[in-house]
This record gives sequence, structure tokens and C-alpha cells, in this order.
Amino acid sequence: MRFKTVTSPHVLADRSVGQVMRRVLYAMTPGIVALVWFFGWGVLINLALATVVALVAEAAVLTVRGKPLALYLGDYSAVTTAWLLAVALPPLAPWWLTTIGVVSAIVIAKHLYGGLGYNPFNPAMVGYVVLLISFPREMSAWLIPYGVGQPHALGLLDTLRIIMGGTGGITLDGLTGATPLDVLRTKLGLGLTVTEIRNSPVFGIVAGHGWEWATLGFLAGGLWLVFTRTAAWQIPVGMLGGLALIATIFHLVDPLRYAPPWFQVWSGAAIYGAFFIATDPVTASTTARGRLIYGAGIGVLVYIIRSFGGYPDGVAFAVLLMNIAAPTIDLYTQPRVFGARSG
Amino acid sequence: MTPPFPFHGGLKTVRHKTESNRETILPGSVPERLVVPLRQHVGAIAKPLVQAGDRVLKGQMIGQPDGYVSAAVHAPTSGRVVAVDQQPVPHPSGLPDWCVTIESDGQDRWIERTPVDYQRMHPSDLRNFVRNAGVVGLGGAVFPSAVKMNLSGHCERLEQLILNGAECEPWMTCDDLIMRERAVEIVAGIHILAHLLQPREVLIGIEDDKPEAIAAMNAACSGTGYQVRPVPTRYPSGGAKQLTKLLTNKEAPVNGRSTDIGVQCFNVATAYTLHRAVAHGEPVISRIVTVTGHIAQPRNIDALLGSSFADLIARCGGYREGVERLIMGGPMMGFAMHSDGVPVTKATNCILAVGADALVEPPVMPCIRCGDCVEVCPANLLPQQLYWHARAKEFDKIQDYHLFSCIECGCCSYVCPSHIPLVQYYRYAKNEIWALEKEKQRAELARRRHQARMERLEREQREREAKLRQKAPPRTASPLDGATAGQSPAEPALAAPASIAVNVERSE
Amino acid sequence: MMMIVAIVALGALAGASGLLLGFAAIRFKIEGDPVVERIDALLPQTQCGQCGYVGCRSYAEAIAAGEADINQCPPGGQGGVAALADLLGRDPKPLDPELGPEKPKMVAVIDEQSCIGCTLCIQACPVDAILGAAKHMHTVIARECTGCELCLAPCPVDCIHMQPISPTITTWKWVYPAAEARAAA
Repeated sequence: MRFKTVTSPHVLADRSVGQVMRRVLYAMTPGIVALVWFFGWGVLINLALATVVALVAEAAVLTVRGKPLALYLGDYSAVTTAWLLAVALPPLAPWWLTTIGVVSAIVIAKHLYGGLGYNPFNPAMVGYVVLLISFPREMSAWLIPYGVGQPHALGLLDTLRIIMGGTGGITLDGLTGATPLDVLRTKLGLGLTVTEIRNSPVFGIVAGHGWEWATLGFLAGGLWLVFTRTAAWQIPVGMLGGLALIATIFHLVDPLRYAPPWFQVWSGAAIYGAFFIATDPVTASTTARGRLIYGAGIGVLVYIIRSFGGYPDGVAFAVLLMNIAAPTIDLYTQPRVFGARSG
Repeated sequence: MTPPFPFHGGLKTVRHKTESNRETILPGSVPERLVVPLRQHVGAIAKPLVQAGDRVLKGQMIGQPDGYVSAAVHAPTSGRVVAVDQQPVPHPSGLPDWCVTIESDGQDRWIERTPVDYQRMHPSDLRNFVRNAGVVGLGGAVFPSAVKMNLSGHCERLEQLILNGAECEPWMTCDDLIMRERAVEIVAGIHILAHLLQPREVLIGIEDDKPEAIAAMNAACSGTGYQVRPVPTRYPSGGAKQLTKLLTNKEAPVNGRSTDIGVQCFNVATAYTLHRAVAHGEPVISRIVTVTGHIAQPRNIDALLGSSFADLIARCGGYREGVERLIMGGPMMGFAMHSDGVPVTKATNCILAVGADALVEPPVMPCIRCGDCVEVCPANLLPQQLYWHARAKEFDKIQDYHLFSCIECGCCSYVCPSHIPLVQYYRYAKNEIWALEKEKQRAELARRRHQARMERLEREQREREAKLRQKAPPRTASPLDGATAGQSPAEPALAAPASIAVNVERSE
Repeated sequence: MMMIVAIVALGALAGASGLLLGFAAIRFKIEGDPVVERIDALLPQTQCGQCGYVGCRSYAEAIAAGEADINQCPPGGQGGVAALADLLGRDPKPLDPELGPEKPKMVAVIDEQSCIGCTLCIQACPVDAILGAAKHMHTVIARECTGCELCLAPCPVDCIHMQPISPTITTWKWVYPAAEARAAA
């Protein structure tokens, strides 16, 4: 009797790349629900549009590269990239903005570097930065969240019409406004103190009104990711720890000019970035100590860009900068091999 | 901290122990034909002592240990040698190796057995006796025990003697059963090891999913001072290095041996065979084999070495429907066999038949650097970096990441969400590095021999010229010159063998 | 004034750097000519002369002197060319096809029935791997044979042939794993 011969182990855990990616998608849902509640249909339309564009772009490149379509489309990595990017886009972003962002992410940032597993930079953040630099006006036109000023009652069809290019007689100016971090930045520039600015209606209990609930949703999903060991705990801990630490130092030095650490951690994309963006395993550090350093680096860079840079938030730039450093961090944070002398 | 001291990484895997450990050990039968490989241990292959046509008795040495790291091989039953040739053996390559084939005469007649009094023997005589009794590590590594019974200056005195009864591989229960049924004889074997190695303490590590074995060993150890230490069930706690860490919190150094930290580790079944050899004069001619998996009645068999896998499987009621893979060893580290027509050797701790339903061969995806392999690696390596360099065939860089600390336990491949055959990459890289090293040595040898030849030719040329000048002074030489030169080509031929003879060695 | 300061400062800096470099050149000077040794170490030591030189060492010296190209060693194969190119910082090139193809490793075997004991092969063997005496049967020490084939031509009765080295259980190697999934063929 003859048998098949392959190398050990002969049993495998029930895991797959697709499963890892799907878990990320599940974990995003609470945050997405909150975003939809406060910013309306646009969020969902962005997600759907980004998903379709990502799958089409992925399929096209896979065909050109001669890779098996079903296998790689079924790994959910393209969908994950699409969602990670779509959530970061303004809810009324025109369709071409989303398309350009997603295509840049999938084609340039992912496949031109070798596809899944080979890209040195976080694809979603490359897409985001391409848009931020090329189309700053469109990227900063955020909807005013529900419950601030007048309630927006933009229906599904109206939203769709705006995204597809028509205004439908609705003036966008009345609906959009600056993000909370933008407000903070502009008014600090005008000489106001943090306390005065915080009284503005765009702010809620801890951070931006509405935003803070989305942040809570992403925190819940993120903790689940960490709990199921889908994401490494060291990265969010490092990033939020680094951000909180540097924010505390500056806040203690001058509380009027520098917002408190809890505001910094809860604002913008800090929580979202810590649990969903920085934890992208392909582009992050892989050693335990390395991940703490990698996370902390992102946290510190986010603070520096927010406080002293030209953009209100800096998660995307911080992540990309630390992506460059990841291989070096890995090299210098190798664990002590079993039986090697410590030190 | 108190023991057990956890090691980094490891896994909770499937167990599947109950399939084969509910029934007692099945006594072996004597098959009509036994194929006994001469290489059943780490080190040099045993030299055959018999030839076709010879009659042998049960326990008679048929293969002599060749060198220090080697072990003897014995006839498992009485009968007639029908061949000494290359036969299929249980090896992942499926290639044949030298074996002695014996046709049983059905009498199963023992050679005269001579027990020895180990307490009165000189240590080196005892080690020699152990080597000649064919005692090797029965955990699967089959390293000659006599070598391990010599501290050879690595430490003055042994701190801990560890008996490995952890048996962490899924499905496998041969050590569990031998501890349940033959605990007293195992302890008798430990006495011999303790006598020779003089350890400060003797620790017996058993995974805590074997309560019966722990109880049996505890009962047998009472009054001896040997400590039975249950360890948590976590693969690979049965790795010698991992078990040492668990029980003593000491780590064997990267390029050293366990004796460097005053520890030596033996499998419980090895201690049993040691006792049989010393107290009963019976060399190693059988071992307990777990036959399990997709088998009608899985159980443990006390099988004669040289019985074919197919014989053992038939005694367990045969295969169940749809067996696709036959593994020697456990599912985590075992080797897939090409056929069941191979003999049981000292390394055959388990024969595992796997059905198609239990086998998944998911497609291999690119590494997404998730780092799960890093978390489970018991050697604390960076498996994804090793993979990267193995894949790129960068054999220098892969050694910077300590490839040779890898114990091939398979934890990384087990958890990999991309289903990359990581262990195969490491085995490939190790083999290539060894082959390159051998190639380099060969090249170096050829270079030296070529150089020696050139020097010799030059020397001979000089000598000839000198002789020529002596025989015939230049003025009268001219007519003779041609004749002498004409003879000369034959001379180096006669000189050559003398310079070669030194290097004649048996080639494999 | 400022300009003079700048000139002096830069001059001093240049001087100091120059001294440092000069010191380093003397302090870390590499003795001898290791390049021949390093080239020789990369050659397969078959001593077959297919490159046109007598033995690997002469070929190494010729490469170092710039007289020979790096693609003249068929036993070293394309891998050997790549290693040489890497060492010498040159572009790898294909093996010179005129010198013969890259072959799997072989050993010479003498058919002992036909051997007449002429010793011609013994004289031809570059590594003294053939054992025998005049009018006595010769045999090849397989372990020492480099597979150079130099003994084939001199044999007057053509009793030597090359045999490929087949893997045994001790030389068998795990194969390189199958790559990631590709498009169905």
C-alpha cells in the first residue's frame, strides 16, 4: 500500500488569512454603526462603493499578474483595505475621490510591491494620504454630525445624488464643517485657549460630538480583536501609551495651549488607528518588543503632527513613517533565543 | 517561582490519546520474516556480523557498533539469515538502507543471557555493555544511550537526572502505557542511570493528562527519593530542552549540551530497556509501538523490531476505510511513510494512519507577518524571518536568525494562517547548509591532494635531474639522456600508491 | 575676516580628515593578496582543466590577474559564476558554452575486468584518486574522485566510465517546498 508523503506537521489549526481579515471587518461594525448614526447614509455608500472598486481593481491586477482569482479575492484583504480607507473618508466624498483612493491603495501600494504580504506601506493609509495631499478641499469637507446645530435629514437618495456629483439643489456649505481637531487647530492659531475652544458645540463629553461615540465603537471592536489575538496587543498599547505620555507632558507644561491627554487619545483617528490601522501585520513590526516601540513611535508622531505639523490629524502620516522603520525595529528587537545567554 | 517553569510558546493541540490507551499492551507475535535495519540509531551504521545462510538465535548480535557514537543490533528471534542487503526502511525519503532479513524458525530460542551486576562494574565497562546491548533513546531521537551516560567533563557532577514521560505528541500513548504497566522496571532502570551519573536529584516529568501513569510511577518511586513531577499539558513539553526548562528552569546553551548545565535526560522506555539489558541480559529487540488513528482497534503493541508496519496494523484489525497517509511518530513531528512495507525500528514509537477526512491541504498563501509563529515558537525564534531567508536561499542570513536552534516541533506551521510549510523550509535549509559544508570539505580535500600531487611531481622531477647529473657527468651524458627520459613516465605511477594508501577509507 | 576664518576652519577639518584616513590606511592595511585565495575558495576544486588552466589554483590566479573570465568553470556551474561575480563585483554572465555543459556530479568507475594495469589513468588523475600499480588492476577511490574525467581519454581499453552519484539515505535532502498558489495551469 502506498501513501501520500508530505512534511510534518500533519495537523493544522483551523485558521486562514481570510478568517483574520473577516475578523477585522466584524470588529469594525460597532464603530461603523455609530458613524452611520451621526453622519448618515454617506458612510454606508462610501463603504459599498469602496468595496466594489477594491474587488474590481484587485481582480484586474490579479489577472494581469497571473494569480488565482478565487483564492486571493476570497482572502478578504482587498475588502479590508477598502473598508479601512472608506471609514476615514468624508461621508459625502464624491465617488471619484473614493475610487482614486481605493485604486491607489490596491494597485500602487499593494500590488506594485508584490501583493498581499509584500507591501511595505499600509495600503489604506497610502490611499488616504494620496487623497489628502491631492484633494485637500474635498477631504476636509466633513458633514456636521447629527445633533450639532440643526439636525441633518439627508435621505438615501439625496446622499447618493451628492456623492454621484449632483448637488440636487442642496447647498453643501450648510451641511459640512471643520472636524473637531481642525477647529482646535484653527482657534489655537487665533490665540484662544483650549478651555475656551472646548465650549464650542462641536465638542461633546470627552472629544468631538458624535465622533466620540464612533471612537467608543471602534474601541469595543478593537478590544475584541486584541482579545481574540487577531491583533497584537502591544501595538495599540504602545501607540496610545506613547500618545498619552507626550500629551500629558505638554499639557502639564501649558494646559492652555495643549489639550489634555484624554482629549488627544479620544480625538480624531487615534483609537481607530491604534486598533485597526497600526495593527496591520504586514507593515508593522513582528517582535513583541518591536511592536511596543513601533506603536509608541506612531503615538509620538501623531502628537507631533497634530500639534506642530500642517495637518489637524496625523495618524496616516505617522503610520507610514513607522512602516519605514519597521524592518530596522525588527532587526534590533530580536528575542533572546532559547538557551542563549541573556544580555 | 516554583516549578513547573513555563517555556516560551507552545500550543494546546488536539489530544486523541484515549483511542489507544484504554487497552493494555498487546504482547508481540513472531512474524515469519523480520527485516532488521542496521541503522536504527544516530551515528555510524552497525557493521553486519552475519551473512545469508547463517543461523541466529534470539538476542544474538547481528550488527556490531562501529565507533563511539553507534549501537549494536540484535536478532529479534531465532532463525536463518536470508539476506544482508538494501531494503526499504521507515525514512521520509523512501530510500532503502542496509538490513538483515531473518526467516523465523518458529522456536523463538534465546541466546544465552548473561545479566551483569552494574554496581560492581567499571563505568566504562558498563557503558560498553549498554552500547553492545543496543540501548538507544526510545523517545524517537534514538541517540545511543551509552554516549549520554558519560558526562565527559561537561560538568563535574550531574545536578538533575530527568526521566521524560511527558509524551506531548497527540495520539501517541506508548510511554503512557509502559509507565502504567512496567513502572517498577522503569524505576529499576533509573537506579542504573543514577548509579552511573550520581545526580543530586532525579525528576520524572509526566504531562498531567496521564493520571494513571503518574499514580503508577509515584507508587513505584516511593522510598527511592525520585520525584514524579506532573507538568501542564502543552505541546512540546516532551522536548528534552522544554522539559528541562519546565522542571529546573535551566536552559541548555545554544551551542552546548544539557550536561553543560548539569542535566541529562532519558526517555522512560529507555530506562526500561536498560533494566532489561542489565538485569536480564536481554538486548533491545522489541519496543512498545502505538498503532492508532484510522485503524479498526487502535492499541499499543510490544512489537519485535523488524516486524513490518503492515503486520502490526493487521494485528489491530487493519485500516478503516479511506486511509491516505501513514505517519511514523506523532502528527506534529512524524514522518509520512511511502508504504507500510517497512520494518519497525527503535525509532518507531507510533504508527498513525490518517484518513482523508482528517487531512486538510489548504492552499499556501503569502506570509502576512501576523507573528503568530513567533508567539508559539518554543525556541523563541522568529520563524517568519527564517522562512523569508530560507525561501530566498540566503543560508548565511538564516543562521544569523539561529536556524539550528529550531527543533522542528511544527508549532509555527500549525498556527500559520497562510498554511506555509514552514518546517519543510527549515529542514530544506538545514540540509542545504550541511550539504554545502560537506561540499566545501570535499573541495578542500581535493585542493590539498592536487597541491600534494603537484609538489610530488616537482620533487620527482628534481630528483630525476639530480640522479641524471650524478650518473653521467654533463660532458659524456648526451647519448644516454634520451633513454633515461624515455623510462621516466612509469616512475610516478609506482610512487603514487604509497602516497594514497594512507587515505584509503571505506566510502559510503 | 569671516572668509579667512571659514578657510582656516575648513582647511583644518580637511587636514584632520586626511590624517585620519592616512592613519587608517596604515593601521588596517590588508597583508598579502587574498583575492586569489578567495577566488580559489569559490572554485569547485575539480582540477579538471576545462577552463584551459592547469588546476583550479591557476585559473584563480588568471582571474585575479584579469587574464581569464569568470564563466569558464563548467563544474562550478551557474551558481559558481554568480558567486565569483558577487566576490569580484561584476555582472554574472552565462557559462561559456564552448567549454562544455554544467553536469550533475559524477564519479569515475574502472571496469576491473577490462583493466590492463597500464597506469596511464593514475598519471592523469589530478588528485591521486586512482589506486594501483603497473600490470595490476586499478581502482578509483570514490570518496576522493572529483569527477574531472581526465582519466577517460588516456585509457587505452576504454574501461573507465562516469557514474552519476545517486542519493543514499545519508545524502538525501528535503526538497524546496512548493511555492505559493499560482493561477491554475
